[in-house]
Amino acid sequence: MTARGFAPHPAVRWLIGLAIIVLFAIPIVSMAEYTLRDATTGGHSLVHWIELFDPAKAGTYRPIWTGLGNSVVLAVVTVAIVLLLAPTMVLVELRFPKLKRPFEFLALLPISIPAIVLVVGLAPIYLAIGRTIGTGIWPLAFAYGVTVLPFAYRAIQAAIDATELRVLAEAARSLGASWPAVLLRVLAPNLRPGLLAASLISVAVVLGEFTIASLLNRQNLQTALVVVGKQDPYASVILSLLALAFAFVLLVAIGRIGGGAPRARRSSRPPKDQP
Amino acid sequence: MTDTAIATADNAILAGARTGSAVAFEGVVKDYGRTRVLHGLDLAIQPGEFVSLLGPSGCGKTTALRVLAGLERANGGTVRIGGADVSAVPTNRRDLGMVFQAYSLFPHLDVTANTAFGLRMRKIAKREAAERVRDALALVGLTGFGERFPHQLSGGQQQRVALARALVTEPRVLLLDEPLSALDAKVRVTLRDEIRRIQLRLGITTVFVTHDQEEALAVSDRIAVMNAGRIDQIGTPEELYLRPATAHVAEFVGLSSVLPCTVDGGVAEVLGIRLPIVGESADGSAEAFVRPENVRLGGPIDAVVLESTFLGSVRRTVLRTAGGQLLRMQHAVGERVEFDERVTLGIEPAPVAVRPREG
Repeated sequence: MTARGFAPHPAVRWLIGLAIIVLFAIPIVSMAEYTLRDATTGGHSLVHWIELFDPAKAGTYRPIWTGLGNSVVLAVVTVAIVLLLAPTMVLVELRFPKLKRPFEFLALLPISIPAIVLVVGLAPIYLAIGRTIGTGIWPLAFAYGVTVLPFAYRAIQAAIDATELRVLAEAARSLGASWPAVLLRVLAPNLRPGLLAASLISVAVVLGEFTIASLLNRQNLQTALVVVGKQDPYASVILSLLALAFAFVLLVAIGRIGGGAPRARRSSRPPKDQP
Repeated sequence: MTDTAIATADNAILAGARTGSAVAFEGVVKDYGRTRVLHGLDLAIQPGEFVSLLGPSGCGKTTALRVLAGLERANGGTVRIGGADVSAVPTNRRDLGMVFQAYSLFPHLDVTANTAFGLRMRKIAKREAAERVRDALALVGLTGFGERFPHQLSGGQQQRVALARALVTEPRVLLLDEPLSALDAKVRVTLRDEIRRIQLRLGITTVFVTHDQEEALAVSDRIAVMNAGRIDQIGTPEELYLRPATAHVAEFVGLSSVLPCTVDGGVAEVLGIRLPIVGESADGSAEAFVRPENVRLGGPIDAVVLESTFLGSVRRTVLRTAGGQLLRMQHAVGERVEFDERVTLGIEPAPVAVRPREG
């Protein structure tokens, strides 16, 4: 049977698509509707959205802004950690190819460990970290670096597999490039789609993670939303919506980057051969 | 591009070019795990010489080149460039130019930036670099292609840019690792001849790895025929073709029919015809390598035609003698023979290579 034989009828495809859209839309639309409810009139208005910036309620919302700030710091540090993964992977690919399988296994391992189990191990470590370098928010990025590892690894590995890493590195070496120059001037630009995707996925994970931050008593956007939600459920739903929208924009961006800037990508079929 | 333009571009590069450096392999040994791929390789290459490493795949020719480039570390022996031991010098400080089998242009850089890469690594001033890039692209016939990206070029053009990129830094040695094998036949011949033309003009020492004997014969000053990690013979194309040192060389370089013979006082008797032999050989039973162009129609040998192939300028025919030996003949297109036709053959009195009969 041909592959075409398995393809569903266009109508069925539309139906499946529609069902999925409805499935995702119902909670999101409900959240949006909820934030627009006006208890005083019984109708709908933007009153809760405007209240978010009301100086009188600033005290109530303060944890959210602190949490947002902390989440941004976490995102930046996590991305920095993830970007260190790339040179390591290049090194494994070029110099220690035998380590590739064990390295992959190690990098993908966190995906199979639930966050709650991870926390059990992380708690004593963070107790020690708290005593030595303080209870600031940024060391939490180490834990996030671990949770993000599998996603970042896959994104970067896909870019490595799509690039003739060895040939490019050897060509650059033969032309007089030092290893740092090979990495920065030749490999990084060609792995750019993978590096960007890994970074954006990291940001998405940092903005969605709750368990580790909550159980280690750190305040990020998600834990702050829960705290504020107890006093003002409208504000937390509004911010959840905004966080969702941001994550959505990030994923669209990743998709675009994956599609690739054509000039940076190698054509799989060069034009007809001429001398 | 006009000849004048080529000459101007060449002269511009020649003005800054150094004479090529001598290259020497001295007892170079290379192991991959437990497999030894180079068994004490010895090879001395003169400055400005074009030497091909020729052999079947897995014979160690590419490994030898990679050891010379510093991309592989030898397990023993010495590699010298310009007389100095470079065994411990990393690739980027060996001052080499290399063209690879796979397309190795940097996909994110245009042709100009690709060509300028080596100059940028050497911190050459922008203006000078721009001039040298322009000259190098003119040299390979790609003036006006500077702003294209690799994916907008054909395979042949990509390898030309790779050549320009390797030459623009005026390296001491040019290494070519089967640069033509991914190209189609016609482009391969054109580019091959062009590489030789450029090499002769620049006088750059060149090591060319190939498994294509025709390619090696056409462009080399000398050819080193390799077999299982050793050099079987090194010599000019004529020497290898006319006086192969081993059976492997005779079989690998050019076409031959291997025929039983008896050697007596420097003369071999092949199918009843007495032929002078190349080199020395002990009297007795042996095998002779008879080139197809030395076999002609008409003579004392009875044979039957097995197949005849039209090759454009010549015709090549495989025959079986009455004694059951297979014989290849190359002859004029006008001399048509049919399948199963009975013919008589002669052998021109050209010297033949012989080897003692095995067993």
